[in-house]
Amino acid sequence: MKAIIHVTLKQGILDPQGKAIEHALDSLGFSNAANVRVGKYLEVELNETDRARADAQVKRMCEQLLANTVVEDYRYELT
Amino acid sequence: MNIGVVVFPGSNCDHDCAYVFNDVLGQSVQMIWHKDTQLSGLDAIVLPGGFSYGDYLRTGAIARFSPVMRALKAFADKGGLVIGICNGFQILLEAGLLPGVMLRNTSLNFICKDVYVKVENAATRFTHRCESGQVLKIPIAHADGNYYTDPVTLGGIKANAQVIFRYCTAEGNVTPAANPNGSLDNIAGIMNADGNVLGMMPHPERSAESVLSNEDGRLIFLSMLSAFGKSEIRARPVGA
Repeated sequence: MKAIIHVTLKQGILDPQGKAIEHALDSLGFSNAANVRVGKYLEVELNETDRARADAQVKRMCEQLLANTVVEDYRYELT
Repeated sequence: MNIGVVVFPGSNCDHDCAYVFNDVLGQSVQMIWHKDTQLSGLDAIVLPGGFSYGDYLRTGAIARFSPVMRALKAFADKGGLVIGICNGFQILLEAGLLPGVMLRNTSLNFICKDVYVKVENAATRFTHRCESGQVLKIPIAHADGNYYTDPVTLGGIKANAQVIFRYCTAEGNVTPAANPNGSLDNIAGIMNADGNVLGMMPHPERSAESVLSNEDGRLIFLSMLSAFGKSEIRARPVGA
């Protein structure tokens, strides 16, 4: 089973990288681009066939390491 | 005083810290590899600056799971003195030994320069050799020093006098212009509620002897020494 994980900054947390990219897009003529937010994308292969167990494991991975839940949200799907 | 300096893969200020405690201040220092799990006979532990695990994922996020960290937490829980400098501060935050997180500097730049910080609380084991409100010139060198925490936690650490250093002007005014990285409330260093764990972004070990033309950082190490009833012993003349 494979987990596809997205980690993103919570709403309201300033994202300086997103802002810099937004300005770069603007300078390239994409003046309608707004609110760029940078996040992380992770793929994790799991040696697990039970969906519920895999789900619980990925949730723990996110909580313990992959996201800092003070400032980041995470979401994932199992395929 | 027996000082332990933790070495993670990617630490690069470990020997600077050991140098200050040993060569400059004449204390006993041992280097602690991050896989060590026994911390015995130590009075204080330094988590030095650097780029542990290449700052992968988030600064300090992987180092906090190094084997030594469990022993370090037990050491801190028993009241042992712990100082985290720069990356060491980031590791303490990720480990939950101090509240909050570090975000990327608002400028996105890696900033390496002298800054001024105001001693907001001089009644601590890390700052009691300073005057309350004293301005220290200490260099910073980081890309992720933009301190953030939620409003409730911020209110708590302020009310509890756990904010130890704030970025300020040379005259001691805490202003937005004096904030190099966007830190919430100009925060440059905080302490835990028990007063034995300090995290700070500026590097006092880079400003601890006169040959570097700046000794302000030395006050922090001297405070730690006198917390243990020790005074500095010149191991050898400066520059020798």
